[in-house]
Amino acid sequence: MHDLPEQLANGLILGAMYGLIAIGYTMVYGIVQLINFAHGEIFMIGGFGALTAWLWLPDGTSLMVALPVMVLMAMTCAILVGIGAERLAYRPLRGGPRLAPLITAIGLSIALQQAIWAFYPDAKKDLSFPQFEGGTVHLAGISLQRGEIFLLVAAPLCMIALAVFVSKSRTGRAMQATSQDPDTAKLMGINTDRIIVTAFAIGAAFAAIAAVAHGLKYGQVSFRMGFIAGLKAFTAAVLGGIGNIYGAMIGGLALGLAEALATAYMADVPGMEQFGGGAWKDVWAFVLLILVLLLRPQGILGERVSDRA
Amino acid sequence: MSALLEVEDLRVAYGKIEAVKGISFSVEAGQVVTLIGTNGAGKTTTLRTLSGLIKPLAGKIVFDGQPLNDVPAHKIVSMGLAHSPEGRRLFPRLTIAENLQLGAFLRKDSAGITQDMQKAYDLFPILGERRNQASGTLSGGEQQMLAMGRALMSRPKLLMLDEPSMGLSPIMMQKIMETITELKSQGTTILLVEQNAQAALSLADRGHVMEIGNIVLSGTGRELLHDESVRKAYLGED
Repeated sequence: MHDLPEQLANGLILGAMYGLIAIGYTMVYGIVQLINFAHGEIFMIGGFGALTAWLWLPDGTSLMVALPVMVLMAMTCAILVGIGAERLAYRPLRGGPRLAPLITAIGLSIALQQAIWAFYPDAKKDLSFPQFEGGTVHLAGISLQRGEIFLLVAAPLCMIALAVFVSKSRTGRAMQATSQDPDTAKLMGINTDRIIVTAFAIGAAFAAIAAVAHGLKYGQVSFRMGFIAGLKAFTAAVLGGIGNIYGAMIGGLALGLAEALATAYMADVPGMEQFGGGAWKDVWAFVLLILVLLLRPQGILGERVSDRA
Repeated sequence: MSALLEVEDLRVAYGKIEAVKGISFSVEAGQVVTLIGTNGAGKTTTLRTLSGLIKPLAGKIVFDGQPLNDVPAHKIVSMGLAHSPEGRRLFPRLTIAENLQLGAFLRKDSAGITQDMQKAYDLFPILGERRNQASGTLSGGEQQMLAMGRALMSRPKLLMLDEPSMGLSPIMMQKIMETITELKSQGTTILLVEQNAQAALSLADRGHVMEIGNIVLSGTGRELLHDESVRKAYLGED
Protein backbone atom coordinates (compact mmCIF):
# COMPACT_ATOMS: atom_id res chain seq x y z
CA MET A 1 0.00 0.00 0.00
CA HIS A 2 3.07 2.25 -0.21
CA ASP A 3 1.75 3.87 -3.39
CA LEU A 4 -1.59 4.83 -1.83
CA PRO A 5 -1.19 8.61 -2.36
CA GLU A 6 -0.49 7.97 -6.00
CA GLN A 7 -3.52 5.74 -6.38
CA LEU A 8 -5.70 8.30 -4.66
CA ALA A 9 -4.42 10.96 -7.05
CA ASN A 10 -5.18 8.65 -9.97
CA GLY A 11 -8.68 8.11 -8.69
CA LEU A 12 -9.30 11.79 -8.19
CA ILE A 13 -8.10 12.63 -11.69
CA LEU A 14 -10.27 9.98 -13.24
CA GLY A 15 -13.13 11.05 -10.99
CA ALA A 16 -12.81 14.72 -11.90
CA MET A 17 -13.12 13.75 -15.54
CA TYR A 18 -16.21 11.63 -14.90
CA GLY A 19 -17.63 14.45 -12.80
CA LEU A 20 -17.18 17.02 -15.55
CA ILE A 21 -19.00 14.83 -18.05
CA ALA A 22 -21.64 13.87 -15.48
CA ILE A 23 -22.65 17.52 -15.11
CA GLY A 24 -24.16 17.36 -18.59
CA TYR A 25 -26.29 14.32 -17.78
CA THR A 26 -27.45 15.67 -14.49
CA MET A 27 -28.29 19.23 -15.59
CA VAL A 28 -30.32 18.09 -18.56
CA TYR A 29 -32.05 15.45 -16.48
CA GLY A 30 -32.74 17.95 -13.71
CA ILE A 31 -34.56 20.24 -16.11
CA VAL A 32 -36.24 18.08 -18.73
CA GLN A 33 -36.05 14.59 -17.12
CA LEU A 34 -34.26 13.29 -20.17
CA ILE A 35 -31.25 10.99 -20.06
CA ASN A 36 -29.31 12.45 -22.95
CA PHE A 37 -27.59 9.27 -24.09
CA ALA A 38 -25.89 11.23 -26.85
CA HIS A 39 -23.94 13.21 -24.26
CA GLY A 40 -20.99 10.80 -24.48
CA GLU A 41 -20.78 11.63 -28.18
CA ILE A 42 -20.87 15.34 -27.43
CA PHE A 43 -17.81 14.65 -25.27
CA MET A 44 -16.25 12.80 -28.19
CA ILE A 45 -17.02 15.68 -30.59
CA GLY A 46 -15.23 17.96 -28.14
CA GLY A 47 -12.14 15.76 -28.42
CA PHE A 48 -12.23 15.94 -32.19
CA GLY A 49 -12.76 19.69 -32.07
CA ALA A 50 -9.62 20.09 -29.98
CA LEU A 51 -7.64 17.85 -32.30
CA THR A 52 -8.87 19.80 -35.33
CA ALA A 53 -7.70 23.06 -33.75
CA TRP A 54 -4.30 21.49 -33.08
CA LEU A 55 -3.99 20.34 -36.68
CA TRP A 56 -4.97 23.77 -37.99
CA LEU A 57 -2.38 25.57 -35.92
CA PRO A 58 1.01 26.03 -37.61
CA ASP A 59 3.54 23.23 -37.06
CA GLY A 60 5.81 23.84 -34.12
CA THR A 61 3.22 25.69 -32.04
CA SER A 62 3.86 24.74 -28.44
CA LEU A 63 1.06 22.82 -26.76
CA MET A 64 0.99 25.36 -23.95
CA VAL A 65 0.07 28.08 -26.46
CA ALA A 66 -2.24 25.84 -28.42
CA LEU A 67 -4.17 24.56 -25.41
CA PRO A 68 -6.50 27.56 -24.96
CA VAL A 69 -7.34 27.49 -28.67
CA MET A 70 -7.98 23.75 -28.49
CA VAL A 71 -10.23 24.13 -25.45
CA LEU A 72 -12.16 26.91 -27.12
CA MET A 73 -12.61 24.91 -30.30
CA ALA A 74 -13.61 21.81 -28.33
CA MET A 75 -16.22 23.79 -26.44
CA THR A 76 -17.54 25.46 -29.59
CA CYS A 77 -17.98 22.15 -31.41
CA ALA A 78 -19.54 20.42 -28.42
CA ILE A 79 -21.90 23.29 -27.68
CA LEU A 80 -23.03 23.53 -31.31
CA VAL A 81 -23.76 19.81 -31.45
CA GLY A 82 -25.42 19.90 -28.01
CA ILE A 83 -27.68 22.81 -28.88
CA GLY A 84 -28.37 21.36 -32.31
CA ALA A 85 -29.43 18.08 -30.74
CA GLU A 86 -31.78 19.90 -28.39
CA ARG A 87 -33.29 21.99 -31.16
CA LEU A 88 -33.65 19.38 -33.85
CA ALA A 89 -34.00 16.10 -31.98
CA TYR A 90 -35.40 16.71 -28.50
CA ARG A 91 -37.48 19.89 -28.60
CA PRO A 92 -39.95 18.61 -31.21
CA LEU A 93 -40.62 15.62 -28.95
CA ARG A 94 -41.14 17.60 -25.77
CA GLY A 95 -44.53 16.96 -24.25
CA GLY A 96 -44.76 13.60 -26.01
CA PRO A 97 -44.28 10.16 -24.46
CA ARG A 98 -41.11 10.04 -22.35
CA LEU A 99 -39.76 7.06 -24.23
CA ALA A 100 -39.57 8.97 -27.54
CA PRO A 101 -36.72 11.37 -26.66
CA LEU A 102 -34.87 8.56 -24.88
CA ILE A 103 -34.86 6.39 -27.98
CA THR A 104 -33.98 9.44 -30.07
CA ALA A 105 -31.00 10.05 -27.80
CA ILE A 106 -29.73 6.52 -28.38
CA GLY A 107 -30.21 6.94 -32.13
CA LEU A 108 -28.44 10.28 -32.07
CA SER A 109 -25.55 8.74 -30.16
CA ILE A 110 -25.05 6.12 -32.88
CA ALA A 111 -25.51 8.69 -35.65
CA LEU A 112 -22.85 11.02 -34.23
CA GLN A 113 -20.36 8.19 -33.80
CA GLN A 114 -20.92 7.04 -37.35
CA ALA A 115 -20.75 10.58 -38.73
CA ILE A 116 -17.28 11.06 -37.25
CA TRP A 117 -16.24 7.58 -38.35
CA ALA A 118 -17.38 8.25 -41.90
CA PHE A 119 -16.47 11.88 -42.45
CA TYR A 120 -13.56 12.87 -40.20
CA PRO A 121 -10.29 12.22 -42.04
CA ASP A 122 -8.71 8.96 -40.86
CA ALA A 123 -11.11 8.65 -37.95
CA LYS A 124 -11.69 4.97 -38.70
CA LYS A 125 -8.68 4.32 -36.50
CA ASP A 126 -7.58 6.00 -33.27
CA LEU A 127 -6.02 9.41 -33.90
CA SER A 128 -3.12 10.58 -31.80
CA PHE A 129 -3.66 13.61 -29.61
CA PRO A 130 -0.80 16.03 -28.83
CA GLN A 131 1.14 15.35 -25.64
CA PHE A 132 3.12 17.62 -23.37
CA GLU A 133 6.90 17.29 -23.74
CA GLY A 134 8.91 16.11 -20.79
CA GLY A 135 8.20 13.41 -18.30
CA THR A 136 6.19 13.29 -15.15
CA VAL A 137 6.02 16.05 -12.60
CA HIS A 138 6.61 15.27 -8.94
CA LEU A 139 4.32 17.02 -6.57
CA ALA A 140 4.35 16.24 -2.85
CA GLY A 141 5.66 12.77 -3.53
CA ILE A 142 3.09 12.03 -6.20
CA SER A 143 4.15 11.78 -9.79
CA LEU A 144 1.72 13.24 -12.29
CA GLN A 145 1.67 13.37 -16.05
CA ARG A 146 1.84 16.94 -17.28
CA GLY A 147 -1.50 16.54 -19.09
CA GLU A 148 -3.20 15.65 -15.85
CA ILE A 149 -2.31 19.01 -14.35
CA PHE A 150 -4.64 20.64 -16.89
CA LEU A 151 -7.53 18.63 -15.46
CA LEU A 152 -6.51 19.27 -11.86
CA VAL A 153 -6.73 22.99 -12.54
CA ALA A 154 -9.71 23.03 -14.89
CA ALA A 155 -12.08 20.71 -13.04
CA PRO A 156 -12.26 22.58 -9.71
CA LEU A 157 -12.50 25.91 -11.55
CA CYS A 158 -15.41 24.66 -13.63
CA MET A 159 -17.21 23.23 -10.62
CA ILE A 160 -16.84 26.39 -8.56
CA ALA A 161 -17.93 28.56 -11.48
CA LEU A 162 -20.98 26.38 -12.00
CA ALA A 163 -21.95 26.38 -8.34
CA VAL A 164 -21.70 30.17 -8.19
CA PHE A 165 -23.59 30.55 -11.46
CA VAL A 166 -26.47 28.31 -10.41
CA SER A 167 -26.89 29.73 -6.93
CA LYS A 168 -26.16 33.40 -7.53
CA SER A 169 -26.97 34.47 -11.08
CA ARG A 170 -30.39 35.38 -12.39
CA THR A 171 -30.21 32.68 -15.05
CA GLY A 172 -29.07 30.18 -12.43
CA ARG A 173 -32.06 31.01 -10.26
CA ALA A 174 -34.31 30.64 -13.31
CA MET A 175 -32.67 27.29 -13.94
CA GLN A 176 -33.48 26.09 -10.43
CA ALA A 177 -37.05 27.30 -10.82
CA THR A 178 -37.43 25.55 -14.17
CA SER A 179 -36.12 22.29 -12.77
CA GLN A 180 -38.50 22.44 -9.81
CA ASP A 181 -41.65 23.41 -11.76
CA PRO A 182 -41.39 24.31 -15.46
CA ASP A 183 -44.98 25.51 -15.92
CA THR A 184 -44.85 27.81 -12.94
CA ALA A 185 -41.44 29.05 -14.10
CA LYS A 186 -43.16 30.21 -17.29
CA LEU A 187 -45.73 32.05 -15.20
CA MET A 188 -42.84 34.01 -13.67
CA GLY A 189 -41.80 35.12 -17.14
CA ILE A 190 -38.94 32.65 -17.49
CA ASN A 191 -38.29 31.56 -21.06
CA THR A 192 -37.91 27.87 -20.22
CA ASP A 193 -36.83 26.94 -23.74
CA ARG A 194 -33.83 29.20 -23.34
CA ILE A 195 -33.05 27.71 -19.93
CA ILE A 196 -33.09 24.22 -21.43
CA VAL A 197 -30.70 25.32 -24.19
CA THR A 198 -28.44 26.82 -21.53
CA ALA A 199 -28.37 23.54 -19.64
CA PHE A 200 -27.40 21.66 -22.79
CA ALA A 201 -24.71 24.23 -23.58
CA ILE A 202 -23.13 24.13 -20.11
CA GLY A 203 -23.15 20.34 -20.14
CA ALA A 204 -21.52 20.31 -23.57
CA ALA A 205 -18.86 22.85 -22.56
CA PHE A 206 -17.90 20.80 -19.50
CA ALA A 207 -17.79 17.62 -21.55
CA ALA A 208 -15.50 19.39 -24.03
CA ILE A 209 -13.06 20.29 -21.26
CA ALA A 210 -13.15 16.71 -20.06
CA ALA A 211 -12.47 15.58 -23.62
CA VAL A 212 -9.35 17.72 -23.87
CA ALA A 213 -8.19 16.29 -20.54
CA HIS A 214 -8.98 12.79 -21.80
CA GLY A 215 -6.94 13.39 -24.96
CA LEU A 216 -3.98 14.72 -23.02
CA LYS A 217 -4.09 11.82 -20.57
CA TYR A 218 -4.47 8.95 -23.04
CA GLY A 219 -2.77 10.52 -26.08
CA GLN A 220 -5.53 9.69 -28.53
CA VAL A 221 -9.09 10.32 -29.59
CA SER A 222 -11.45 7.92 -31.29
CA PHE A 223 -15.03 7.96 -32.49
CA ARG A 224 -15.83 5.35 -29.84
CA MET A 225 -14.35 7.24 -26.90
CA GLY A 226 -17.71 8.66 -25.88
CA PHE A 227 -19.36 5.35 -25.25
CA ILE A 228 -17.57 4.05 -22.19
CA ALA A 229 -16.72 7.52 -20.86
CA GLY A 230 -20.35 8.51 -21.24
CA LEU A 231 -21.54 5.37 -19.52
CA LYS A 232 -19.16 5.95 -16.63
CA ALA A 233 -20.21 9.59 -16.32
CA PHE A 234 -23.85 8.60 -16.41
CA THR A 235 -23.07 6.12 -13.65
CA ALA A 236 -21.40 8.92 -11.71
CA ALA A 237 -24.46 11.12 -12.13
CA VAL A 238 -26.79 8.36 -10.87
CA LEU A 239 -24.37 7.51 -8.08
CA GLY A 240 -24.37 11.09 -6.84
CA GLY A 241 -28.10 11.55 -7.28
CA ILE A 242 -29.20 12.49 -10.76
CA GLY A 243 -30.46 16.05 -11.13
CA ASN A 244 -28.10 17.33 -8.46
CA ILE A 245 -24.95 19.09 -9.73
CA TYR A 246 -23.03 18.56 -6.49
CA GLY A 247 -24.07 14.92 -6.71
CA ALA A 248 -22.47 14.68 -10.15
CA MET A 249 -19.17 15.95 -8.78
CA ILE A 250 -19.23 13.65 -5.75
CA GLY A 251 -20.46 10.70 -7.79
CA GLY A 252 -17.65 11.25 -10.28
CA LEU A 253 -14.99 11.36 -7.59
CA ALA A 254 -16.43 8.31 -5.80
CA LEU A 255 -16.45 6.35 -9.03
CA GLY A 256 -12.93 7.40 -9.99
CA LEU A 257 -11.56 6.50 -6.57
CA ALA A 258 -13.37 3.16 -6.53
CA GLU A 259 -11.94 2.28 -9.92
CA ALA A 260 -8.40 3.33 -9.10
CA LEU A 261 -8.32 1.63 -5.71
CA ALA A 262 -9.96 -1.56 -6.95
CA THR A 263 -7.50 -1.73 -9.82
CA ALA A 264 -4.55 -1.28 -7.52
CA TYR A 265 -5.52 -3.25 -4.45
CA MET A 266 -8.26 -5.75 -5.19
CA ALA A 267 -5.67 -8.41 -5.94
CA ASP A 268 -4.31 -8.01 -2.40
CA VAL A 269 -7.65 -8.95 -0.87
CA PRO A 270 -7.52 -12.64 0.09
CA GLY A 271 -9.61 -14.69 -2.31
CA MET A 272 -9.90 -11.87 -4.85
CA GLU A 273 -6.45 -12.31 -6.40
CA GLN A 274 -7.79 -12.77 -9.90
CA PHE A 275 -10.06 -9.69 -9.83
CA GLY A 276 -7.38 -6.99 -9.57
CA GLY A 277 -5.78 -5.01 -12.35
CA GLY A 278 -7.12 -2.80 -15.08
CA ALA A 279 -9.14 -5.48 -16.80
CA TRP A 280 -11.63 -5.55 -13.95
CA LYS A 281 -11.94 -1.82 -13.29
CA ASP A 282 -15.21 -1.38 -15.16
CA VAL A 283 -16.66 -4.31 -13.28
CA TRP A 284 -15.86 -2.65 -9.95
CA ALA A 285 -17.27 0.66 -11.13
CA PHE A 286 -20.60 -0.94 -11.93
CA VAL A 287 -20.56 -3.09 -8.79
CA LEU A 288 -20.34 0.18 -6.87
CA LEU A 289 -23.28 1.53 -8.85
CA ILE A 290 -25.37 -1.55 -8.10
CA LEU A 291 -24.51 -1.37 -4.40
CA VAL A 292 -25.44 2.29 -4.14
CA LEU A 293 -28.68 1.73 -6.05
CA LEU A 294 -29.57 -1.16 -3.73
CA LEU A 295 -28.82 0.73 -0.53
CA ARG A 296 -29.69 4.27 -1.57
CA PRO A 297 -31.67 4.29 -4.82
CA GLN A 298 -31.83 8.08 -4.99
CA GLY A 299 -28.02 8.30 -5.06
CA ILE A 300 -25.64 9.85 -2.57
CA LEU A 301 -27.11 13.37 -2.60
CA GLY A 302 -30.39 12.61 -4.33
CA GLU A 303 -33.57 13.39 -2.47
CA ARG A 304 -36.37 13.69 -4.90
CA VAL A 305 -36.85 10.61 -6.99
CA SER A 306 -40.43 10.22 -5.83
CA ASP A 307 -41.68 13.69 -6.71
CA ARG A 308 -40.08 13.61 -10.11
CA ALA A 309 -40.40 10.14 -11.51
CA MET B 1 -64.73 51.73 -22.60
CA SER B 2 -63.41 48.28 -23.26
CA ALA B 3 -62.74 45.90 -20.41
CA LEU B 4 -59.26 45.00 -19.14
CA LEU B 5 -59.80 41.38 -20.07
CA GLU B 6 -62.21 40.18 -22.69
CA VAL B 7 -62.79 36.54 -23.43
CA GLU B 8 -64.94 35.68 -26.38
CA ASP B 9 -66.23 32.26 -27.28
CA LEU B 10 -63.14 30.57 -25.85
CA ARG B 11 -62.78 26.87 -26.53
CA VAL B 12 -60.01 24.70 -25.11
CA ALA B 13 -59.42 21.00 -25.64
CA TYR B 14 -57.07 18.36 -24.26
CA GLY B 15 -56.69 16.12 -27.28
CA LYS B 16 -60.24 15.29 -28.31
CA ILE B 17 -61.81 16.19 -25.01
CA GLU B 18 -63.15 19.71 -24.95
CA ALA B 19 -62.76 21.12 -21.46
CA VAL B 20 -63.98 24.63 -22.22
CA LYS B 21 -66.76 24.81 -24.79
CA GLY B 22 -67.13 28.41 -25.84
CA ILE B 23 -67.26 30.79 -22.91
CA SER B 24 -67.38 34.58 -22.95
CA PHE B 25 -66.85 36.97 -20.08
CA SER B 26 -64.98 40.14 -19.27
CA VAL B 27 -63.20 41.73 -16.36
CA GLU B 28 -63.27 45.52 -15.89
CA ALA B 29 -60.35 47.26 -14.26
CA GLY B 30 -60.84 47.41 -10.49
CA GLN B 31 -63.34 44.57 -10.42
CA VAL B 32 -63.22 41.23 -8.70
CA VAL B 33 -64.75 38.62 -10.98
CA THR B 34 -65.18 35.04 -9.88
CA LEU B 35 -65.66 31.78 -11.74
CA ILE B 36 -67.33 29.19 -9.57
CA GLY B 37 -68.34 25.64 -10.25
CA THR B 38 -67.53 22.07 -9.35
CA ASN B 39 -64.42 20.09 -10.17
CA GLY B 40 -64.02 19.58 -13.89
CA ALA B 41 -66.12 22.57 -14.83
CA GLY B 42 -63.21 24.06 -16.78
CA LYS B 43 -62.25 26.90 -14.40
CA THR B 44 -58.59 26.00 -14.02
CA THR B 45 -58.32 25.24 -17.73
CA THR B 46 -59.66 28.72 -18.44
CA LEU B 47 -57.00 30.36 -16.26
CA ARG B 48 -54.21 28.21 -17.67
CA THR B 49 -55.30 29.22 -21.16
CA LEU B 50 -55.38 32.91 -20.25
CA SER B 51 -51.81 32.73 -18.97
CA GLY B 52 -50.64 30.89 -22.08
CA LEU B 53 -49.87 27.48 -20.58
CA ILE B 54 -52.47 25.89 -22.86
CA LYS B 55 -53.22 26.99 -26.41
CA PRO B 56 -56.89 27.63 -27.08
CA LEU B 57 -58.72 25.73 -29.79
CA ALA B 58 -60.75 28.76 -30.81
CA GLY B 59 -61.98 32.06 -29.54
CA LYS B 60 -60.50 35.40 -28.65
CA ILE B 61 -58.63 36.62 -25.60
CA VAL B 62 -57.94 40.35 -25.47
CA PHE B 63 -56.03 41.73 -22.51
CA ASP B 64 -55.43 45.44 -22.12
CA GLY B 65 -56.18 45.93 -25.79
CA GLN B 66 -53.81 43.21 -26.99
CA PRO B 67 -54.73 39.79 -28.32
CA LEU B 68 -53.19 37.02 -26.17
CA ASN B 69 -53.94 33.97 -28.28
CA ASP B 70 -50.46 33.57 -29.73
CA VAL B 71 -48.37 35.09 -26.97
CA PRO B 72 -46.11 32.49 -25.28
CA ALA B 73 -46.64 31.98 -21.55
CA HIS B 74 -43.39 33.59 -20.45
CA LYS B 75 -44.29 36.87 -22.19
CA ILE B 76 -47.77 37.19 -20.77
CA VAL B 77 -46.69 38.12 -17.25
CA SER B 78 -44.79 41.11 -18.63
CA MET B 79 -48.04 42.37 -20.15
CA GLY B 80 -49.52 42.59 -16.67
CA LEU B 81 -51.30 39.30 -16.18
CA ALA B 82 -50.17 37.31 -13.13
CA HIS B 83 -51.37 33.83 -12.25
CA SER B 84 -51.27 32.20 -8.85
CA PRO B 85 -51.87 28.61 -9.88
CA GLU B 86 -53.99 25.88 -8.38
CA GLY B 87 -52.14 24.00 -5.65
CA ARG B 88 -49.84 26.97 -4.97
CA ARG B 89 -46.99 25.56 -7.06
CA LEU B 90 -44.16 27.20 -5.17
CA PHE B 91 -40.54 26.38 -5.90
CA PRO B 92 -40.20 24.15 -2.83
CA ARG B 93 -36.43 24.08 -2.50
CA LEU B 94 -36.03 27.83 -2.89
CA THR B 95 -36.53 30.16 0.05
CA ILE B 96 -39.47 32.46 0.57
CA ALA B 97 -37.39 35.45 -0.48
CA GLU B 98 -36.18 33.66 -3.61
CA ASN B 99 -39.75 32.72 -4.53
CA LEU B 100 -40.79 36.34 -4.21
CA GLN B 101 -37.81 37.48 -6.28
CA LEU B 102 -38.82 35.05 -9.01
CA GLY B 103 -42.24 36.69 -9.05
CA ALA B 104 -40.41 39.85 -10.09
CA PHE B 105 -38.18 37.98 -12.55
CA LEU B 106 -38.77 40.35 -15.46
CA ARG B 107 -38.53 43.56 -13.47
CA LYS B 108 -35.32 45.57 -13.58
CA ASP B 109 -36.03 48.13 -10.84
CA SER B 110 -34.27 46.55 -7.88
CA ALA B 111 -35.34 49.33 -5.53
CA GLY B 112 -38.97 48.77 -6.45
CA ILE B 113 -38.55 45.01 -6.02
CA THR B 114 -37.13 45.44 -2.53
CA GLN B 115 -40.00 47.75 -1.72
CA ASP B 116 -42.60 45.30 -3.00
CA MET B 117 -41.00 42.45 -1.08
CA GLN B 118 -41.36 44.53 2.04
CA LYS B 119 -45.01 45.10 1.10
CA ALA B 120 -45.51 41.36 0.83
CA TYR B 121 -43.91 40.90 4.26
CA ASP B 122 -46.19 43.61 5.65
CA LEU B 123 -49.21 41.92 4.13
CA PHE B 124 -48.09 38.51 5.47
CA PRO B 125 -45.75 39.03 8.44
CA ILE B 126 -45.11 35.29 8.82
CA LEU B 127 -43.38 35.32 5.41
CA GLY B 128 -41.05 38.07 6.58
CA GLU B 129 -40.11 36.13 9.68
CA ARG B 130 -39.26 33.05 7.65
CA ARG B 131 -37.87 34.69 4.54
CA ASN B 132 -34.76 32.50 4.42
CA GLN B 133 -36.60 29.24 4.96
CA ALA B 134 -37.27 26.83 2.07
CA SER B 135 -40.83 27.40 0.91
CA GLY B 136 -41.53 23.66 0.90
CA THR B 137 -41.45 23.71 4.71
CA LEU B 138 -44.36 26.15 5.03
CA SER B 139 -47.89 25.15 6.04
CA GLY B 140 -50.64 25.15 3.40
CA GLY B 141 -51.94 28.55 4.41
CA GLU B 142 -48.49 30.10 4.48
CA GLN B 143 -47.77 28.61 1.07
CA GLN B 144 -50.94 30.20 -0.25
CA MET B 145 -49.88 33.57 1.12
CA LEU B 146 -46.52 33.19 -0.56
CA ALA B 147 -48.12 32.16 -3.86
CA MET B 148 -50.28 35.28 -3.78
CA GLY B 149 -47.37 37.45 -2.73
CA ARG B 150 -45.25 36.01 -5.52
CA ALA B 151 -47.94 36.74 -8.11
CA LEU B 152 -48.22 40.33 -6.85
CA MET B 153 -44.47 40.84 -7.25
CA SER B 154 -44.91 41.42 -11.00
CA ARG B 155 -47.18 44.42 -10.20
CA PRO B 156 -49.94 42.90 -12.32
CA LYS B 157 -52.85 44.76 -13.86
CA LEU B 158 -54.88 41.61 -13.36
CA LEU B 159 -54.26 38.99 -10.68
CA MET B 160 -55.64 35.52 -11.34
CA LEU B 161 -56.08 33.36 -8.25
CA ASP B 162 -56.89 29.69 -8.71
CA GLU B 163 -58.54 28.08 -5.69
CA PRO B 164 -56.70 30.06 -3.04
CA SER B 165 -58.77 28.45 -0.27
CA MET B 166 -58.18 24.86 -1.36
CA GLY B 167 -57.22 22.53 1.47
CA LEU B 168 -57.06 25.27 4.09
CA SER B 169 -58.51 25.28 7.58
CA PRO B 170 -61.58 27.51 8.04
CA ILE B 171 -59.52 30.09 9.92
CA MET B 172 -56.83 30.17 7.26
CA MET B 173 -59.47 30.31 4.55
CA GLN B 174 -60.99 33.33 6.21
CA LYS B 175 -57.60 34.99 6.44
CA ILE B 176 -57.00 34.45 2.72
CA MET B 177 -60.44 35.82 1.83
CA GLU B 178 -59.78 38.86 4.00
CA THR B 179 -56.54 39.39 2.12
CA ILE B 180 -58.36 39.25 -1.20
CA THR B 181 -60.87 41.79 0.12
CA GLU B 182 -57.98 44.00 1.16
CA LEU B 183 -56.32 43.70 -2.26
CA LYS B 184 -59.65 44.60 -3.82
CA SER B 185 -59.96 47.70 -1.67
CA GLN B 186 -56.49 48.72 -2.82
CA GLY B 187 -57.84 48.63 -6.37
CA THR B 188 -56.31 45.33 -7.53
CA THR B 189 -58.24 43.72 -10.35
CA ILE B 190 -58.79 40.04 -9.59
CA LEU B 191 -60.09 37.04 -11.46
CA LEU B 192 -60.86 34.50 -8.77
CA VAL B 193 -61.55 30.83 -9.32
CA GLU B 194 -63.11 29.14 -6.32
CA GLN B 195 -65.03 26.10 -5.25
CA ASN B 196 -65.99 27.90 -2.09
CA ALA B 197 -68.83 29.73 -3.80
CA GLN B 198 -70.16 31.44 -0.68
CA ALA B 199 -66.86 33.15 0.09
CA ALA B 200 -66.09 34.00 -3.53
CA LEU B 201 -69.51 35.46 -4.35
CA SER B 202 -69.59 37.51 -1.16
CA LEU B 203 -66.64 39.57 -2.25
CA ALA B 204 -66.99 39.48 -6.05
CA ASP B 205 -68.46 42.24 -8.20
CA ARG B 206 -69.43 39.71 -10.81
CA GLY B 207 -69.66 35.96 -10.87
CA HIS B 208 -70.00 33.28 -13.50
CA VAL B 209 -71.14 29.76 -12.79
CA MET B 210 -69.37 27.12 -14.89
CA GLU B 211 -70.64 23.63 -15.55
CA ILE B 212 -68.83 21.10 -17.73
CA GLY B 213 -67.11 23.67 -19.90
CA ASN B 214 -69.89 26.23 -20.19
CA ILE B 215 -70.93 29.35 -18.32
CA VAL B 216 -74.47 28.56 -17.30
CA LEU B 217 -75.27 31.59 -15.19
CA SER B 218 -73.82 35.08 -14.75
CA GLY B 219 -74.65 38.01 -12.52
CA THR B 220 -73.38 40.23 -9.80
CA GLY B 221 -71.96 38.49 -6.76
CA ARG B 222 -74.99 39.42 -4.73
CA GLU B 223 -77.48 38.21 -7.36
CA LEU B 224 -75.79 34.82 -7.62
CA LEU B 225 -75.49 34.52 -3.87
CA HIS B 226 -79.26 34.81 -3.65
CA ASP B 227 -80.05 32.79 -6.76
CA GLU B 228 -82.03 29.72 -5.88
CA SER B 229 -80.30 27.33 -8.27
CA VAL B 230 -76.88 28.51 -7.11
CA ARG B 231 -77.87 28.10 -3.49
CA LYS B 232 -79.04 24.57 -4.20
CA ALA B 233 -76.11 23.46 -6.32
CA TYR B 234 -73.16 25.21 -4.70
CA LEU B 235 -74.11 26.41 -1.29
CA GLY B 236 -75.44 23.10 -0.10
CA GLU B 237 -78.99 24.21 0.60
CA ASP B 238 -82.14 22.25 -0.12
